[in-house]
Amino acid sequence: MNFFKNILNKVKPHFESGGKLENFYPAYDAFETFLFVPDHTTHSGSHIRDSIDLKRTMGTVVLALIPTILFGMWNLGYQYHAALMQDSTFMQNLIFGFWKFLPLLVVSYGVGLTVEFAFAIYRGHSVNEGYLVSGMLIPLIMPVDVPLWMLAVSVVFAVVIGKEVFGGTGMNILNPALTARAFLFFAYPSHMSGDKVWVHGATTDGYSGATILGDLAANTTKWENLVWTSKDAFLGFIPGSIGETSMIAILLGAAILIATGIGSWRIILSTFVGGYFMAYIFNLLGFNALMETPAHIHLIIGGFAFGAVFMASDPVTATQTNIGKYIYGFLIGVFAILIRIFNPAYPEGMMLAVLLMNVFAPLIDHYVIQNNIKRRLKRITV
Amino acid sequence: MSLNISLKRGLKLNLKGSPDKVYAPLQVSDEYVVKPTDFHLLTPKLVVKENDKVKAGDTLFYDKYNDKIKFSAPVSGSVKEIVRGQKRRILKVVIKADIDIKYKSFEVGNSDQLSRDQIIETMLEAGVWPFVRQRPYDIIANPKDMPKAIFISAFNSTPLSIDNDFALYGMEELFQKGINYIRKLTNGKTHLNIDGSINASTVFTSAKGVQINKFSGPHPSGNVGVQIHHIDPINKNDVVWYLDPQDVIIIARLFDQGTYDVSRIVALAGPQVKKPRYYRCISGANVSNLVLDNVKDGDNRFISGDIFSGDKIDENGSLGFYHTSVLVIEEGNKQEFLGWMLPGFNKFSTSRTFFSWLSPNKKYTLDANMHGEERAYVMTGEYEKVLPMDIYPSHLIKSIMVEDIELMEQLGIYEVAPEDFALCEFVCTSKINVQQIIRDGLDLLIKENS
Repeated sequence: MNFFKNILNKVKPHFESGGKLENFYPAYDAFETFLFVPDHTTHSGSHIRDSIDLKRTMGTVVLALIPTILFGMWNLGYQYHAALMQDSTFMQNLIFGFWKFLPLLVVSYGVGLTVEFAFAIYRGHSVNEGYLVSGMLIPLIMPVDVPLWMLAVSVVFAVVIGKEVFGGTGMNILNPALTARAFLFFAYPSHMSGDKVWVHGATTDGYSGATILGDLAANTTKWENLVWTSKDAFLGFIPGSIGETSMIAILLGAAILIATGIGSWRIILSTFVGGYFMAYIFNLLGFNALMETPAHIHLIIGGFAFGAVFMASDPVTATQTNIGKYIYGFLIGVFAILIRIFNPAYPEGMMLAVLLMNVFAPLIDHYVIQNNIKRRLKRITV
Repeated sequence: MSLNISLKRGLKLNLKGSPDKVYAPLQVSDEYVVKPTDFHLLTPKLVVKENDKVKAGDTLFYDKYNDKIKFSAPVSGSVKEIVRGQKRRILKVVIKADIDIKYKSFEVGNSDQLSRDQIIETMLEAGVWPFVRQRPYDIIANPKDMPKAIFISAFNSTPLSIDNDFALYGMEELFQKGINYIRKLTNGKTHLNIDGSINASTVFTSAKGVQINKFSGPHPSGNVGVQIHHIDPINKNDVVWYLDPQDVIIIARLFDQGTYDVSRIVALAGPQVKKPRYYRCISGANVSNLVLDNVKDGDNRFISGDIFSGDKIDENGSLGFYHTSVLVIEEGNKQEFLGWMLPGFNKFSTSRTFFSWLSPNKKYTLDANMHGEERAYVMTGEYEKVLPMDIYPSHLIKSIMVEDIELMEQLGIYEVAPEDFALCEFVCTSKINVQQIIRDGLDLLIKENS
């Protein structure tokens, strides 16, 4: 501890006003406050403050992501070995996945934080913690074989266009992690969909690496006839984006988010309700394999659960009123299934549904608040 | 008709150092201070000069823009010093007290015979008028207004604050006398709001001529603003007046004895106080006698007023005009290595991100550390959990930030005061100084509407 303090004290004068590197103070500040919660005290207003800050908040979200990260890494190895029809141990799978995942994580954090620091220095404000979570989410929603340079480009796009142009963390309209994915999806579709990208090594042999949704969208087999069972899908032994496959790991994360109060249970719950509702209606209609897939299966396959728990609940881009959160979540669920079933190009709807509702979130809030305003006006006339 | 209102939203915060219900003797202070800064937006016009002799109740200064509102000396003595700040702004008027207080005498009254105008006139003249405050804006009431109702919150829900049931024990008669005058100030109702979760003192329950309402629930159920919101909400152009129970006693004394006697019960409390107890004290008293030998070592912060919205004072500062407690907490100006990653069994948080949630009944020692740096808004729904009002707090705050007056009015700014948002400020993840924003919004409206 003193070791860090000594280093910081040594370099601090360079960054303070009058120092050689004074313009870089935000960068210094980011490191100092990362290591030490600052000694700032209250000056006005409440003399005491809650212990929580944005670092703790973001740290908690990263903690909630750890089950999906660990499972995702293991599953990378498992799917790879399964594709080659090789036996593998638990540790082999995990270690294989670790070495596949690490470069994605390093690129995501490295590139994203560089852009964040650059903007903080340019604008002279402190570095916001928001990217701690975005940087973790981005590799989790990518296919394993996404080229690193593409990842880097999408991260730059997400941070600059998705966030910084609006004023930085807290001001963005679209979820930055999904912005990165949407960018890649539209810029390099061949690397983001199809049946060759979800399992490492699937391109080299005759193995079909298609996801459940890919198979269902092809409308050649029904859910009941797929090689995967609902147990596989629930536990996550299926191909897909790195973090999205295991329902159980996602539910663990959801439990952490909801229990700590960081994630809105209103959004998460109503997203699932909305998805179930829409899928159930399609079950009743039932024209093709996707429509006939049971409603509860829709919730555990594809990116639905991951999106509901980690993307829809992003407080910045979601609705802010409690009533609005129910509506917002419900509509995400509805649109995710709707897009999933009717979009011919791409058999997944969660990303587009969340981004779409991100755009509509302020409108939902607007009407909720107008209601409050009307109530207040009514009081005067009575 | 009496209302029984139970509030769910809010925060129960157990802090160490609540005052024990005993009165401790106190060596009388020989120095008293009246601070124009205790009265928001006041521009004082001085009447006295340094070394002038004054009696308790003599006017020290008055409001430049409403010269009827006068501010009196709490004790007799001589004006020791007039402290000025930047641009010669008057910061304090310091009075060196006589050993025996000599009171200026005012006309003793009878609530049945005096008219509303006569009551107001006497209150203004004696300097007790500033105890009557108004909503909207949370400032001294304008004597020319006719309030639609008057509110008295009989209890404090803030942690470490005084227990009015204890402080006013046995004062039934005097309190009733005060009420008799105060209720004449409005042509509407006078509401006395008591704590519904306990058997409130007979001082309050036996009060006549008022509507007694019960409020229960966590803080801020004792905040008068929250109570007004639930009983008779303020619309544009409405005015509501409010008083503290101890101020009712001061007004009663004026009409009963003809004196400006601002002695009151004050608690010395907080985790850094060795023996937190109650004291009899006069408004404006220097607190150095109060805290002498009763404060633990350390880098301490002294607060006049409550923990959420009181004023920071020096060790030898003075008790504020409206304040009924002096609190001592640690400054906490220390860095904490990787503090945001630690499990945090001892860190209070309304979120369950720290493991302290495992022990919900634990009493905490909180210091004045911010526990983080200011950030843009990220979290939502936090404020709503601690604000038991039909108001969208973060939208109201944002409308103030962009100075959209129409939107502020629509979102209910007339119903709120900074203290109602104190808990929002307390829980804020982004460490936004919410109370100051609310104050700025109210000030902007005062300017617009004048």
